[in-house]
Amino acid sequence: MDMALAPETLARWQFGITTVYHFLFVPLTISLAALTAGLQTAWVRTGKEKYLKATKFWGKLFLINIAMGVVTGIVQEFQFGMNWSDYSRFVGDVFGAPLAFEALIAFFFESTFIGLWIFGWDKLPKKIHLACIWMVSIGTLLSAYFILAANSWMQHPVGYRFNEEKGRAELTDFWQVLTQNTTLNQVFHSFSAAFLTGGAFMVGIAAFHLMRKKHIPVMRTSLRLGLVTLAVGGMLTAVSGDTLGKVMYEQQPMKMAAAEALWDGEQPAPFSVFAYGDVDKGHNKVALEIPGLLSFLAHSDFESYVPGINDTNEALQEKFGPGDYKPIVPVAYWGFRWMIGFGMASFSLGLLGLWLTRKKFLLPAAFRTGEDEVPHLVLLKKPLGSRLTRLYWLVALWTMAFPLIANSWGWIFTEMGRQPWVVYGLFQTRDAVSPGVSTAEVLTSMIAFTLLYAVLAVIEVKLLVKYVKAGPPELTEADLNPPTKIGGDPRDADKPMAFSY
Amino acid sequence: MELHDVWFVLIAVLWTGYFFLEGFDFGVGVLTKLLARNRAEKRVLINTIGPVWDGNEVWLLTAGGATFAAFPEWYATLFSGFYLPLLAILLCLIVRGVAFEYRAKRPEEHWQRNWETAIFWTSLIPAFLWGVAFGNIVRGVKIDQDLEYVGTVWDLLNPYALLGGLVTLTLFTFHGTVFTALKTVGEIRERARALALRLGIPTAVLALVFLGWTQVDNGDAKSLVALVVAVAALVAALRANQAGREGWSFALSGVTIVAAVAMLFLTLFPNVMPSTLDPDWSLTVTNASSSAYTLKIMTWLAAIATPVVLLYQGWTYWVFRKRIGTQHIAEPAH
Repeated sequence: MDMALAPETLARWQFGITTVYHFLFVPLTISLAALTAGLQTAWVRTGKEKYLKATKFWGKLFLINIAMGVVTGIVQEFQFGMNWSDYSRFVGDVFGAPLAFEALIAFFFESTFIGLWIFGWDKLPKKIHLACIWMVSIGTLLSAYFILAANSWMQHPVGYRFNEEKGRAELTDFWQVLTQNTTLNQVFHSFSAAFLTGGAFMVGIAAFHLMRKKHIPVMRTSLRLGLVTLAVGGMLTAVSGDTLGKVMYEQQPMKMAAAEALWDGEQPAPFSVFAYGDVDKGHNKVALEIPGLLSFLAHSDFESYVPGINDTNEALQEKFGPGDYKPIVPVAYWGFRWMIGFGMASFSLGLLGLWLTRKKFLLPAAFRTGEDEVPHLVLLKKPLGSRLTRLYWLVALWTMAFPLIANSWGWIFTEMGRQPWVVYGLFQTRDAVSPGVSTAEVLTSMIAFTLLYAVLAVIEVKLLVKYVKAGPPELTEADLNPPTKIGGDPRDADKPMAFSY
Repeated sequence: MELHDVWFVLIAVLWTGYFFLEGFDFGVGVLTKLLARNRAEKRVLINTIGPVWDGNEVWLLTAGGATFAAFPEWYATLFSGFYLPLLAILLCLIVRGVAFEYRAKRPEEHWQRNWETAIFWTSLIPAFLWGVAFGNIVRGVKIDQDLEYVGTVWDLLNPYALLGGLVTLTLFTFHGTVFTALKTVGEIRERARALALRLGIPTAVLALVFLGWTQVDNGDAKSLVALVVAVAALVAALRANQAGREGWSFALSGVTIVAAVAMLFLTLFPNVMPSTLDPDWSLTVTNASSSAYTLKIMTWLAAIATPVVLLYQGWTYWVFRKRIGTQHIAEPAH
């Protein structure tokens, strides 16, 4: 059959589309849940109205976002069985357990407490209501942890044995699956990238309002919170990315050689800034390189040998038999660069913003601003002019989606860089696809998901824009007087609900 | 009882939980066209399940994940075999979730009406298709020696399975109606009770025919007990509804769902997906299950986590125990 329409090709496209799409919402959900919880904690502790307004504002955007994350996540739970039934048979004994843990521990947590949080404003005392959003936040983190443990097992299978009789992998040590260094590093990297994403989102939207001098107290607070999140998240993303890279050099040298389009091993190995490859001939036509840097990224010194794609391919052929063990090199190479480039661009903007909006001792007294003033952006001793200030706000606004691009390319890189394996060194993608599902069926589902997701994307973005522009809501009497009893105030039986669908 | 038998029971429990809980919220979705006379009433209906539908749906995700972990072969054969019906269910659940969350987020009438229409259809279609799916699981499908489903989508649309679909649809709608009677106040509550009465007879007849058919095909003494309990509980639910005992009526309609699902799983055991081509090719609790080690870990998980889940999910229902009526629905501030 024509490869382009083979069920395997289509199933891979469908998995790519649905998973990358799902992951647009995941990091924002993770970070906005925690940030909203943080803001609500500030409200409960200080009683300052700006924190409650901020909670309501970011909470609304969080809810618009998590709705999409939840519904696109349903597909993920079933897609392995639908399109990858031979994969499911082969790995279910190992891979199923973290998924079941995720559902039973994390999903119930998230979805039950989110219901309590959405509808609980006039039903729960302040502190219990606050606890609900923290529960949601814990749920999102647990969920990410379990699914990343499952993915890490695909990157680096551990804690299993191969059962010859049944022809499948079987779990022997679940603890090892949950705590192997691939899992811990992937979790660290994904969590920090999630906060980088949420930080950039918050900064972008706060910049939009501050540029127009609207909702200043709330947006000032949000800007600072966003900038700190962005800078800390960005720094941790870089650190964890570096350690994860080193783990990958150990575990999947091919992925990392492809990430550099390093065709032949070198000592010391350079880091490639730009390259134009010739895949058939196995070398690069044009290349711009920084000497020794790749050796450092792989092994923390500027001298050591880093194997290339060709040598690794030969080594893998010796180990696993004849075949081509190369991923699509340009995808890995550019995916890696776009991940780092877009992520670090946002991080830099955060660092810059943190410096420009610094407070107190570092800032000349004349330029310190009050709670209800737009902060001056002070580069050295004097504030930036209005044009440069506006430029910073605009760049912050227009780059707030950069981390989303970085996240997507990070996943595309790590998943496509592992090919032709679905479980590295153990099981190849071509053996994983459902043998009984026809081209027509996969084509139907792929088109259906893609169209539906496209329509929902338009709806979602429009809704986000509407609520972003509307700004924080005015607080009502009910907002400022939360109930003191669980179940709400019993005195007025006909009082309208504070929130209803 | 070996661990894979325990897990057969636990998978049955998860599906039972799913149908009990999402059963009434599918039913309430159907009622938005069947019972509500105006848009205010539609909102009352939607808000009776507002805080809880998402948690209810997780029972399905858990059933899916647990099947993957405990019976990988079952998970693989079932979801690749029932590809298109499952696709339809997934598309519905996606739209349905978004519909609940986004409906009130814009004031325009056409926006809200579109989502209301979506809620109706995306509740009705899965309520029907789950019955079709379970009808086929119990009846058996074309499974070859490699444990692969080799039939077509048309094979799944056989009379027995379609009847199963009608049973889940009517049963869930009935369950949703008595739930509405329990959770609302005012005129809509009265009409829900009247509707439950009218729905009761066809629901009971369809259920009796389907479960009787199942009993004749695959039944034994235990499944007969479950059948009797299911039908008796449904009749008792109707009587309780007539007597104005709404709590009892809802609980008894829940018993019907529990007993009906139990009956299906009783007739299934020790198979999990029988083959109609050759009994030797059937998926069973032994040939479809995971290793003893995985099942042991999963058992610990279930033993610790399930009671906790039941506790806090139960608490949610208690927090939102108050009945609601049109007076409680404020015009949202936009």
